[in-house]
Amino acid sequence: MKQTKWFKLISQYLSAALIFSISQLVWSIQPYNMTEGVTDISHRVFNLHMLTFYICCVIGVIVFAVMFYSIIKHRKSKGHKPAQFHESVSLEFLWTAAPFVILIVIAIPAAQVLIAMEDTSKAEMTVKVTGYQWMWRYEYIDHNVDFYSVLKTSRDEIHNNKGKNPNYLLEVDNELVLPTDRKVRILITSNDVLHAWWVPDLAIKKDAIPGYINQVWTKINTPGVYRGQCAELCGRDHGFMPVVVRAIEPEEFDQWVADQNTNKSFAAIQNEKKILAY
Amino acid sequence: MSTVAVEEHHEEHPSGIMRWITTTNHKDIGTLYLWFSFIMFFIGGLMALIIRTELFQPGLQFVDPQFFNSMTTMHAIVMIFGVVMPAFTGLANWLIPMMIGGTDMALPRLNNWSFWILPFAFTMMLSTLFMDGGGPAGGWTLYPPLTLQTGNALPFVIFSIHFMGMSSIMGAINVIATILNMRAPGMTLMKMPLFVWTWLITAYLLIAVMPVLAGGVTMLLTDKFFGTSFFNAAGGGDPVLFQHIFWFFGHPEVYILILPSFGVVSSIIPTFARKPLFGYSSMVYATASIAFLSFIVWAHHMFTVGMPLAGELFFMFATMLIAVPTGVKVFNWVSTMWKGAMTFETPMLFAIGFIILFTIGGFSGLMLAITPADFQYHDTYFVVAHFHYVLVPGSIFAIIAAVYYWLPKWTGHMYNEKLGKTHFWLSTIFVNVTFFPMHFVGLAGMPRRIPDYALQFSDYNQIATIGAFGFGFAQLLFLWLVVQTIRGGAKATDRVWEGAEGLEWTLPSPAPYHSFTTPPNVIGEWNWFTHEHIETTKTRS
Repeated sequence: MKQTKWFKLISQYLSAALIFSISQLVWSIQPYNMTEGVTDISHRVFNLHMLTFYICCVIGVIVFAVMFYSIIKHRKSKGHKPAQFHESVSLEFLWTAAPFVILIVIAIPAAQVLIAMEDTSKAEMTVKVTGYQWMWRYEYIDHNVDFYSVLKTSRDEIHNNKGKNPNYLLEVDNELVLPTDRKVRILITSNDVLHAWWVPDLAIKKDAIPGYINQVWTKINTPGVYRGQCAELCGRDHGFMPVVVRAIEPEEFDQWVADQNTNKSFAAIQNEKKILAY
Repeated sequence: MSTVAVEEHHEEHPSGIMRWITTTNHKDIGTLYLWFSFIMFFIGGLMALIIRTELFQPGLQFVDPQFFNSMTTMHAIVMIFGVVMPAFTGLANWLIPMMIGGTDMALPRLNNWSFWILPFAFTMMLSTLFMDGGGPAGGWTLYPPLTLQTGNALPFVIFSIHFMGMSSIMGAINVIATILNMRAPGMTLMKMPLFVWTWLITAYLLIAVMPVLAGGVTMLLTDKFFGTSFFNAAGGGDPVLFQHIFWFFGHPEVYILILPSFGVVSSIIPTFARKPLFGYSSMVYATASIAFLSFIVWAHHMFTVGMPLAGELFFMFATMLIAVPTGVKVFNWVSTMWKGAMTFETPMLFAIGFIILFTIGGFSGLMLAITPADFQYHDTYFVVAHFHYVLVPGSIFAIIAAVYYWLPKWTGHMYNEKLGKTHFWLSTIFVNVTFFPMHFVGLAGMPRRIPDYALQFSDYNQIATIGAFGFGFAQLLFLWLVVQTIRGGAKATDRVWEGAEGLEWTLPSPAPYHSFTTPPNVIGEWNWFTHEHIETTKTRS
């Protein structure tokens, strides 16, 4: 009698601990999901990701539940005798047709988001991004602004001679400054090998290919700094060419452009020096 | 008595090393393939551990980024061309003649040649690591222009890929010739075990796509050394063309790596459920549909290169369709288990592990098919997690399951069941510890193929590294177990497993050097329960 009481207590404690640790795990996993991002498109991409994920979860739970029920119940050691059936036309039809319906449920919103993403028309300004081994060049086509963007993290930090700062490997000397609330067209190309320009918060990843000019667009809703990386293997320092976008209010942006133009000759010289140094 | 004498005469062959070099016997060649694959598994695994060691912490600790890139490149080439493909060819060699009631492979000398090319190809491939400029470091996908920056290694890499391709094509021709010509009377196509079926379809895929890869890499070679501009935009070429060529090979290739596993699992599940495979013909049709679809989905590997909208939509929908036949297979396996009388010996454990973990890889595959979301997943650790889930607990688990399942037939000895189960649990736990966290770091934004990473990815990378070492060392247990079983152990019966079906189980254990010198009688309906034909075949001698 006493034993069962203890057993009950322990099992209660254990299940409480289990539930607690699972909730802890789920909580700690949160920042490890895809970012919702800061554009309407990135929100839609996130929702699409979660929709597919939940559908997969439901299917997985059903299939694995049936399987584990069978594994537990239909054992030889429990004296279960094997059934003889080996086909069922109606069942097989059902589980061929049902996935079709589920796929259509996913395909419709996916196609809608894709069509919206590809519509680069009616952009208010254009930035040309060029990949180099191993840095980015940003040209503001309509504003006569042009600069390179190189990793700022020091060699000492990379080689563990110095503590690493919180933006380790995700910081650059010249950030790509963009206005919020304006539709920006981004043209992407490369000067040498393949690169890919990726900013998770904007849900943009596009390959930079020599001889090609790819187009994407974004309209950022919230000011802030958004960090990404090169996503296509481009050689030795592929891991060391981050993308940093600073989104600021449109008026602030106009001011920034004006400032850039007054300092232009200086900036141009700086850039040239950098290229020669490479 | 006279039959015995004849068989003895047949078994005359050179001893020692010459036996293995000159052999034309399907079992010897199968053994060679399997050992070759096993050795390469440890070499490729060592490369994986170098990668994981560097990624244990942020910062550069152990290797130079260029060497890191050549490790990721070589790890992939070794594991795909050196481990999974030879292992399946080894299994095909051992099993197909026994399963269809034949004596040997149809083209034994070709068989010898297709194996012996491989050690040379891989010696050449691995030697590039010691060359000026290091090994290939542009990724196993060999995308130009980056790959054209490779040093002296490039022509050696390309020639070794040609050799591997030749070996695979010859192996595939042999499999097709064997299956179509060497079947015992009455062994109609729709009576063949699924392993034979999946291999037949795989062999056609190989013949269709290996030449495409050969063409692509040859174009790389001429671009580099003979002044052509196939992939050079400045010379009027197109770097994206290579990607189309590569993935037209590459996507069928991933099914080449998985279809024979479907066949293995479809053999093992019915045996240990003691119940016939559910939906045999739908399994065959599903395999054929997957093979067909594999030719029209290649561009889903390149959604981010900037295709026209219509192209992106087409490849998204076509890719999603693959979920249907794959789902059919998983449902069929679960239905085979349903209401069976299951026991859980090591092959069954690996087969069940395969179904669950491969399905998880299938789910992430479906997620990757959704083009807008793929823009976020592409070239991140989410993709790394996905393809390792379908390849490690997918293909590799199926190969391991096959070894446990047929090892008693090959050696005549039972393996150590306790050690086998330990191997299963260690492998399953560590494979998940290694690859599950990669989903999270990928979603959080960690690109693949980087030697160093931002601080927020540290903890999960650490977990993955611990898992990788655990998984690697667990495989040493497997090596030990295999050696132990070859050397001795409890005598295996002919049938080995209570529920085993198929002609290979009618032969003695270990299987005789020449499989069926007299064709077994499989005319009439296949009966899973009375073992009718199996009884008739037993009276052959």
